Amino acid sequence: MIEAAVPTQSATPDRMPATEFDAEVLCNDPVNEEYNLMAVSVPERATGAVPGQFFHLLCPQKDALQPFFRRPMSVYRIEPEARRLSFLYKVTGTGTRAMAAMKAGETFNMLGPLGIGFSLPADAAPIVVLARGVGLATMAPLIPFARSRGHRVTAILSARTPDLLMSVDEMRRDGADVLTVTDLQGTSDVEIVEDMLHMLYGKLRLGGVYVCGSNRLMLAAQRVARRLDLFGEVALEQQMACGLGMCFCCVRPFREDDGVVHRRVCREGPVFPLLEAMQW
Amino acid sequence: MVDLSVDCGGLRLANPVMPASGTFSHELADIIDFDRLGALVTKTITPERRLGNPTPRVAEVSGGMLNSIGIPSKGAAQFVAEVIPLYAAFTAPLIVSISANTPDEFAELCRKVTVPGVAAIEVNISCPNLEDDGRAFAMRPHTTLQVMQKLRAATDLPLWAKLTPNTGEIPEVAAAAEAGGADALVVANTILAMSVDIRTRRPTLGKVMGGLSGPAVKPIVLRMAYQCVRSVGIPVIGCGGIMTAEDAVEYLFVGCQAVQVGTATFLHAGAMLDVIDGLEAFCRDAGIERVSEIIGTLSSSAEDGGMVWEAIA
Ligand SMILES: Cc1cc2nc3c(=O)[nH]c(=O)nc-3n(C[C@H](O)[C@H](O)[C@H](O)COP(=O)(O)O)c2cc1C
Ligand code: FES
Repeated sequence: MIEAAVPTQSATPDRMPATEFDAEVLCNDPVNEEYNLMAVSVPERATGAVPGQFFHLLCPQKDALQPFFRRPMSVYRIEPEARRLSFLYKVTGTGTRAMAAMKAGETFNMLGPLGIGFSLPADAAPIVVLARGVGLATMAPLIPFARSRGHRVTAILSARTPDLLMSVDEMRRDGADVLTVTDLQGTSDVEIVEDMLHMLYGKLRLGGVYVCGSNRLMLAAQRVARRLDLFGEVALEQQMACGLGMCFCCVRPFREDDGVVHRRVCREGPVFPLLEAMQW
Repeated sequence: MVDLSVDCGGLRLANPVMPASGTFSHELADIIDFDRLGALVTKTITPERRLGNPTPRVAEVSGGMLNSIGIPSKGAAQFVAEVIPLYAAFTAPLIVSISANTPDEFAELCRKVTVPGVAAIEVNISCPNLEDDGRAFAMRPHTTLQVMQKLRAATDLPLWAKLTPNTGEIPEVAAAAEAGGADALVVANTILAMSVDIRTRRPTLGKVMGGLSGPAVKPIVLRMAYQCVRSVGIPVIGCGGIMTAEDAVEYLFVGCQAVQVGTATFLHAGAMLDVIDGLEAFCRDAGIERVSEIIGTLSSSAEDGGMVWEAIA
């Protein structure tokens, strides 16, 4: 039996209404060779975002960088009292390079919060969070959120090298037990991670598993969840245009009953039931 | 107060601004007030269920975007039972967009969506006609005439024919659509295009080719709208690259009775409302009481006849 999940927010139409607003950049700095951390000051209603939701950012068109679309960015940190949101992003294409070029004091337009966030299992059961790469940004806010609702949280963070591991200290400060695995140390193989999950389940009677950022980790989490009848969710990414459910460019395939259906990552997701997601 | 209302293809619209098919859905009501729009236009549906094209389905290019969404469709029955009722709560008239791969299937679908709650039917004849080697109906005048006649016989609702900019015979196709019974023309759909990611050497779209939309297409589609206005007596609805009220005014000046806004909504959810506010401000500043007064008021000394080569020489 999959345990009943208490949604962290109800599905449409009661969701937190999204709005378009201008956000002021407070800081925007590299955290390592690949990632930047941006904090922005936002109107109060935007801080009603829940972990797993995203904002759709209209990156300014500067010089040679002319991003046309908005860019979806999952929220990394939500600080309602300070009216502050943070985004942890990998600088890769035109949009994120334009974002990286923004300086404190500049403003840009955002739309959000959008999408469906994470649900927590009933009875404050312990949970485990698996993240790799950009998945870390999506998973980070789930930790303080789950902790504040009484869940014990274990985070397994995976990266290519120890240098690329991020947020370990923040997550510990937020109250998670953090385990790290890396390719360089040969500790990130899915078999090892699966063993860790089984061990944690045995020790803590886990009530939920959450994964983001790696196809192989997702498949591992699915195997474990299936074997142990464990509640699970996965946060997925897909290229987006409208971010609102109108254009159908962000679909991914999911298992439903005996067939395959397409769901919109921006609308039915980005967080989906773990066992319904299909590998990519 | 400026009177923004216009007559358009058998309907009286509160204002000339509406969404373009495929760039709008009821989900947008979370963010904007639909009752401020001139009309509501749904994503094209087809008779059968289909999944749509492989991803990536969109790509950005300079000044616009490519899309190869295809037409993911849950079929006519589901649309009539579940989607049309979602719009009953709004005052703006509902326009449903349909398409099919043969004239008979098209007409059959047209009949099925002729139901209460629907104010007009937009027929997307820019899609492949399987009986003409997959060429879009609106590529040629005779296939346009043929499908429009069948559609006309299938419904009493106003029929808006959505043309493709990929034809070399736009005035002739427009005239054929009118002769076949269209009550208005929507000019136009997207321009067939492609782009390549030079790092991966792959086309940026999963389907290789797709439709270009956004600011990049406006001068081309505006020209086509102008040509259509000059070759038919029915209203022309301009659609292509409208991002601002100024863009909409250009379309009205060349004679369009209304406009559709597509890609702009992806960048700003409230783009259509901004266009409406901007149109009102434009008229107010110019001392114009009714927006209909500016329609077709292009001042041009040149008599441009058919000598296109002169214009571009
Ligand atoms: C993502 C996307 C999906 C579209 N789907 C449809 C469709 O289903 N039916 C249709 O007639 N046109 C469709 N179009 C074309 C638009 O309705 C419109 O004709 C075109 O985008 C030009 O207007 P724009 O430059 O304002 O976007 C689509 C366009 C986009 C960008
Ligand atoms: S991005 Fe348009 S439907 Fe998801």
